[in-house]
Amino acid sequence: MTALVKLTDVSKFYGNIRALEGVSLEVHPGEITCVLGDNGAGKSTLIKIIAGLHQHDTGTFEIDGEETRLASPREALDRGIATVYQDLAVVPLMPVWRNFFLGSEPTTGAGPFKRLDVRKMRETTRAELLRMGIDLRDVDQPIGTLSGGERQCVAIARAVYFGAKVLVLDEPTAALGVKQSGVVLKYVAAARDAGLGVVLITHNPHHAYLVGDRFVLLKRGAMAGSHPKSGIALDELTRQMAGGSELDQLSHELERAPGPDVIGGRRIEPEPEESDKPGKSERVDEPEKDG
Amino acid sequence: MSTATTARADERLVHRGVLRRMLGRPELGAVVGAAAVFLFFSFVADSFLRASSLSTVLYASSTIGIMAVPVALLMIGGEFDLSTGVMVTTSALVSSMFSYQMTANVWVGVGVSLLTTLAIGFFNGFMLTRTKLPSFIITLGTFLMLTGLNLGFTKLISGTVSTKTIGDMEGFGSAHAVFASHLTVGGVDLQVTILWWFGLVALATWILLRTRVGNWIFAVGGGSDAARAVGVPVNKTKIGLYMAVAFCAWISGQHLLMSYDVVQSGEGVGNEFLYIIAAVIGGCLMTGGYGSAIGSAVGAFIFGMTSKGIVYAQWNPDWFKFFLGAMLLLATLLNAWVRKRAEASK
Repeated sequence: MTALVKLTDVSKFYGNIRALEGVSLEVHPGEITCVLGDNGAGKSTLIKIIAGLHQHDTGTFEIDGEETRLASPREALDRGIATVYQDLAVVPLMPVWRNFFLGSEPTTGAGPFKRLDVRKMRETTRAELLRMGIDLRDVDQPIGTLSGGERQCVAIARAVYFGAKVLVLDEPTAALGVKQSGVVLKYVAAARDAGLGVVLITHNPHHAYLVGDRFVLLKRGAMAGSHPKSGIALDELTRQMAGGSELDQLSHELERAPGPDVIGGRRIEPEPEESDKPGKSERVDEPEKDG
Repeated sequence: MSTATTARADERLVHRGVLRRMLGRPELGAVVGAAAVFLFFSFVADSFLRASSLSTVLYASSTIGIMAVPVALLMIGGEFDLSTGVMVTTSALVSSMFSYQMTANVWVGVGVSLLTTLAIGFFNGFMLTRTKLPSFIITLGTFLMLTGLNLGFTKLISGTVSTKTIGDMEGFGSAHAVFASHLTVGGVDLQVTILWWFGLVALATWILLRTRVGNWIFAVGGGSDAARAVGVPVNKTKIGLYMAVAFCAWISGQHLLMSYDVVQSGEGVGNEFLYIIAAVIGGCLMTGGYGSAIGSAVGAFIFGMTSKGIVYAQWNPDWFKFFLGAMLLLATLLNAWVRKRAEASK
């Protein structure tokens, strides 16, 4: 079977900086391919190539078995590749229904009376979101007033509605709490079950392992591994993701490092109330609070 | 989609009060402000409520309003234009001098002026999208260049700072009728610019709320990266907005020329701020992505009422700028407050 999207040995340079080198990846219908990597591993560069924002320098990029070089995000969309960005999926001040159809607005009438089909836009937005399980009270509210998870879902619903064959998701769960992440992953799975090929970019191996069929690991712009789900366990994925051998060394270093109680030859008294300092407890709660 | 679900969703919508929905409109602050200014001058100036005064106020509003409409669209699209004031003068100078020097029909000059002005607008937009410099800088450059060209060219060609009269030339009569005539409606003398103004407001509102381009204008101002990512032609939209500004500068410029038949080449400096003030008072966000054309009209109306109201109240017009500044601050604060309330209505 031909892959929906197939990258073979793709590289990208920004001047003399190697952003990506020798990365290969396949996306099949009804499958989720997870791209994992730390900050600066080249995940965003990879996305931008698939989304048509940048062109690759070497290697091949095939869509439906046909070698291609995308000129613009518009062309990527026309070829059925929809990208949902973490932070710029939507225009916050615009109503939900305007956002839903942004860039592909349906019109009615002809000539100078050609106008937006507002009724259809509102009704479709409400219906499509409901299908994804989001029951919006008012599609006229600015999309900025929705929660982060809901906004992601609007963007995913939009891509599915516009007939995307490949859905590229950039860190969909990065800014979300545990519950919200779960909701978004459910929609990702729903999109997969609808027959879409999904590329899920994340640095969270737990989220990736929950839904992924295939895992591509990036490290400093190069490919550090590619495994089917059957070929790798969550522990191993987490370990590789966290830096593998680097992590071992780090834990070693941390063990040997002297405790922070002696600084500059002066002993610092431990504060007895440290455990209920507000700063500390807040930090633990942070992921929940975001949602 | 089952109708049951739609009905259920609508049912909950009913609870959203009329007041709430009004609070969500960008014009609200301006309308409240306009009502306040109107009442104020009705009390302090006896002659303010006369039909003839109202017609004068509307005329003053329309001269600002015609330009405030595209400036508002441009601000919704996230950009500024500081060259608008002198662009109006440039447009008038071009049509006047071209007709006079070529001894051509006035309408030929008017046509040449349209092309020239649109080219200036295109230049602004093209430079902006190409260089990615802030529009403040680009249009500040255009502003200075046009100011210099206006004076330099006029002196070079006519020898003085004003153009030669074209009042006796072929086609002036009809051009005057289109751009600067008076109509009498119900015994009240109305300038034709008021019609142009209302027409432009209606057209801009239609474009903004009911066409694809309108959707794009909101999007490029509210989040140009997001807009580009979903396939909106961001650069074309912005260039188009600058050309719309140029088009209205052309209308304004022709009015300036036809109402007197000569043009002073130093005119227009400082007007760009009046247009921006009208748009901001009318609810446009400085950061883009929010505002309305009707709001800009209300903003221009506030301007007209204040500038003429002070005269009718027989105050020293020197105070006018102070009122304008105070009004701008108040309107902006009110808008910010209203928008916060509107967004909290989740």
